[in-house]
Amino acid sequence: MTAGTALVTGASAGVLACHTCGLTQRAAPEAHGLTCARCGSSLHFRKPDSISRAWALLIAAYVLIIPANLLPVMQTGSLFGSEKDTILSGVIYLWTSGSQPLAIILFIASIAIPAAKLLSLTFLLVSVQRRSLWAPRERTRLYRVVEAVGRWSMIDVYVAAMLTALVQFGSLMSIRAGSGAIAFGAVVVLTIFAAESFDPRLIWDRAEPAEPAEPANGEKQ
Amino acid sequence: MSSEALVVCHECDLLLREVPLEAGGLARCTRCGCNLYRHQPEGLERSLVFALTAVVLFVIANSFPIVSMNSRGLMSSTTLLGAVGVLLHDDMPSVALLVFVTTFLMPALEIGALIYLLLPLKLGRVPPAVPSVFRLLHAVQPWSMVEVFMLGLLVTISKLAAMASVVPGIALWSFVLLMFAVSAAVAGFDVRIFWARVGALR
Ligand SMILES: [Zn+2]
Ligand SMILES: [Zn+2]
Repeated sequence: MTAGTALVTGASAGVLACHTCGLTQRAAPEAHGLTCARCGSSLHFRKPDSISRAWALLIAAYVLIIPANLLPVMQTGSLFGSEKDTILSGVIYLWTSGSQPLAIILFIASIAIPAAKLLSLTFLLVSVQRRSLWAPRERTRLYRVVEAVGRWSMIDVYVAAMLTALVQFGSLMSIRAGSGAIAFGAVVVLTIFAAESFDPRLIWDRAEPAEPAEPANGEKQ
Repeated sequence: MSSEALVVCHECDLLLREVPLEAGGLARCTRCGCNLYRHQPEGLERSLVFALTAVVLFVIANSFPIVSMNSRGLMSSTTLLGAVGVLLHDDMPSVALLVFVTTFLMPALEIGALIYLLLPLKLGRVPPAVPSVFRLLHAVQPWSMVEVFMLGLLVTISKLAAMASVVPGIALWSFVLLMFAVSAAVAGFDVRIFWARVGALR
C-alpha cells in the first residue's frame, strides 16, 4: 500500500460479498432484507446491531465466568470422603502431582484463553466505539486469533464428561461433573457467539474512511 | 467494472480485483492481511474421499468403547454416547447436550452435508436444495469440535492413568483418524470451484 493510493471499500462502492458462499453482488447502500442470489444467506454491509449484541453476550459471559471459576467442575466421592475441584484447583493438583505438561495445557485452555478472549473482545469493542485509529491491522489479527482459539476452552468440559462416565463405582469411588462445568460451558458458548457478532469491518470503517477510486489488487501468495 | 471479477474482504471490506491463482495458491487482502480465497483444482475430489472415509471412522468411533479402565478389580469403559447418557442420568442435561452437539451431532451433519453436496456433483448431477445444505454446512462448522475432544480425551486418559490402568480402545484411534479426515475434507472444499461446477451443471 503506497501513500496517496485511495482505497475503496465494498460499502462505498455498493458491492457486498456473501459471508457464506463469497459471491460478490451489488446493492444499494441503504438496502435491507437482502438475500444472496446464489446460496440464499441474508446479506448486509455490516452485521446488524453488531456492537450491542456483542456487548450483551460479553457481559453475560463476564457474569458467568465467576461461578465457572468458583463452583466445582468435578466432585470426586470415595470411601475416604469427597473432594471438590474447581478449574484452578484441578490445574494446581495436576502441577503438584507431577503432570506439568497437562497442567499447562489445562491452564491455557481453561483459564488463559477464556480470560484473554473476554479482555480482547472488550478491548475491540471499546476501541471501535471510541473510533480508535490505532493499529487496525493488528486489531483485525487479534480478532482473528480470538475467533480461532475459543473452541479449545471446551477441553475441561470434555474431561469432566469423560471422567464422570468412566468413574462410576458407587460408594467406592465416583466422579460427577459439578455445576461449575455448566457455567463454564455457557461461558465458552457465549464468547463464541460474541466473537461471531462482532464485525471486524467496523475497525476499518473508523480508521480509514475510504474514498471512491479504483479497486486494489489482491495479493498472491 | 464487472462485479464478477471483484472480491470484497470480509474482515476489512476492502474492494479488491480478483487475481488468478496457481494450484494451491492463496489470495490475501492487501489491507488487513486476511485470507481471501484459495485455489485447489483437485480439492473437491480430495474432500469427497476424506468425507467418505470420515463416515466409516465416525461409525467405528461411536460403536466401540473409547477407553477401558481397570483399578483393583473395578472395570469400566464408555463410548461417546454412553458418556452423554451418564451425564443425562446424572442431572447434567446441559453438559450432556453440549458434548452431544459438539462431538456427535455437528460432526455428523458436517460430514453428511459434504457428501450430500459432493457425491452427486462427482456423478455429474446437482442435488436438490444445494443452497440450504450449503448454508447448513457453513453454520455447523464452528461447532464441530472433534479435534478439541481429542485433546480432552488425552487429558482424561493421563488423569486416569494416575489411579488405574487404562486401555485405549479401537474407538480412540478411530477418533484420532476421524479428526484428520474431517480437517482434510473441510480444507479441500474449494468454495469457488464448488459453485462454478454447480453453475456449469445447471
Ligand atoms: Zn451466498
Ligand atoms: Zn481485508
